[in-house]
Amino acid sequence: MLPNVTQGLLPGGDIVSWIFQVIFLGIFVVFMFYGQRIQMYIMIREVEGSLYKLKMMRDEGRKTAIAAINEIGKPQVDPTAQVDRFLEYFAITPVELDPAGIIWRLEHLLDVVDTRLKDDVKLMAPQADVTQTNNLENTLEVALALNEIYKVIRHFYLLGKKTLSLYVIMQVQMVLPLIMKEAEAYSSALKAFQLGQPIGDGAGALVAAKLMRDYEKTKVEKDIVVAKVPIEGRTVYVLKAEGPGANVGKPGEAIKQVIEQNEGKISLAIVIDAAGKLEGEKTGEVAEGLGVAIGGPQVDKYKVEETALKYKVPVNAIAIKEDVGDAVSPMRKEIFDAVDGVIERIKRLIRERTKEGDFVIIAGIGNSIGIGQ
Amino acid sequence: MEANVSMARRISPFLLAFLMITLVLSLASIYEGIDAYTKNDPASGSLFLTMGATTLVISTYLWFQTRRRILKLSMAIQPINTTLECQKCGFKNVREFQRGDYVFKHTEDSCPKCNEKTMAIGSIFREVKEKEKAREAGYI
Repeated sequence: MLPNVTQGLLPGGDIVSWIFQVIFLGIFVVFMFYGQRIQMYIMIREVEGSLYKLKMMRDEGRKTAIAAINEIGKPQVDPTAQVDRFLEYFAITPVELDPAGIIWRLEHLLDVVDTRLKDDVKLMAPQADVTQTNNLENTLEVALALNEIYKVIRHFYLLGKKTLSLYVIMQVQMVLPLIMKEAEAYSSALKAFQLGQPIGDGAGALVAAKLMRDYEKTKVEKDIVVAKVPIEGRTVYVLKAEGPGANVGKPGEAIKQVIEQNEGKISLAIVIDAAGKLEGEKTGEVAEGLGVAIGGPQVDKYKVEETALKYKVPVNAIAIKEDVGDAVSPMRKEIFDAVDGVIERIKRLIRERTKEGDFVIIAGIGNSIGIGQ
Repeated sequence: MEANVSMARRISPFLLAFLMITLVLSLASIYEGIDAYTKNDPASGSLFLTMGATTLVISTYLWFQTRRRILKLSMAIQPINTTLECQKCGFKNVREFQRGDYVFKHTEDSCPKCNEKTMAIGSIFREVKEKEKAREAGYI
């Protein structure tokens, strides 16, 4: 009977083809009702694979930090517990509801965080000198960032599995390629910080270092060095974070001090920094612009903007383009080669925008790891 | 924490059973297709073979996907070069990066040309292979 029923539906028309018909119809129905759920399981698997990779990166970061502390700091006790505590540190940003004075509150918070982290590193690695302490602090900060990324992705992954919500999983799956790129960049930064190699972010600091080389330097506000350099008949204050340890200093406060010491008689300020490139742009490309090219938590940028406004100092910016991965990994040759081009641009800007005898500020922004002065 | 992740990576027994059934059905369909061909019924044969092959490919793909993959983190050590420059004659020498190197550091190395201890580190950099550069450039 049954084979007769299916006659004409399938060329085979026997019991086997009837079974196949039912099975494929069943699959169609399953996909119709459970298609979204199947899609979700596929997404969960994708996130799972990345989570596994993130866990490996996090563990590698922790291991590298512990090894570096043991090697450099020669601690009396095992630093593992202290490192684990460090990896869970957090800082609560100031209240934004009342924005008045938020910059100063944020600056205070950042100062406290920096002091606390440095103190902890000194406790963990008592034998480390200043440069090594700074490098260790940055290594630990990278490990902390990797731990944070891993925990956030794990949170969304487990939440998605628990709630079986497509939208919870989808939001993490969509941003995952960018997060993985960032995590991979941090991962490659570990070795650079451990060994004290210059990183891409230090491009601005390198420009300043080349300009101030062989001139007398003075230390100003928090880990910033300044040198008075004659360029094209002008007096140029060149400043950068003190190297070769991992340091970004407080360039905003230093620029403010230099402007105020000169009673605002600064004809031009040029800020050089590494900037994120767009896909398709070449690493090491140089671009000129206006405004304060200082990244980070905006405190330094704010200070320069305020002081520049008060004394009507024009601020020019030079950006050295690089990928987010290049910014925290050992400096690429293209970035190194771009430095001479930047110096030429600086000289041209000085010639075009100022007169002989004027005062100029050149600030090389970025991490000075592996870059002396 | 560790348990959560390892549990999440365990393959569901239902999925495994489903895959096994699909695999068996696809093989049966292929058999039916071949059988139909031998019985001079190419229309049925093509249909069964197409169904069987498609299901076999999908189930095999899913099978490989569900296998626990041991991801190896590629933490390849990138070669970093240090360029030493003689401050007197400008002679340049490139060597591998050594711990303690930093840009503008005066080293104890003697210049092979003028034989004086005037070598300083001029640059420390990482060179990216042309292949990687081409991949970065994308469409260009």
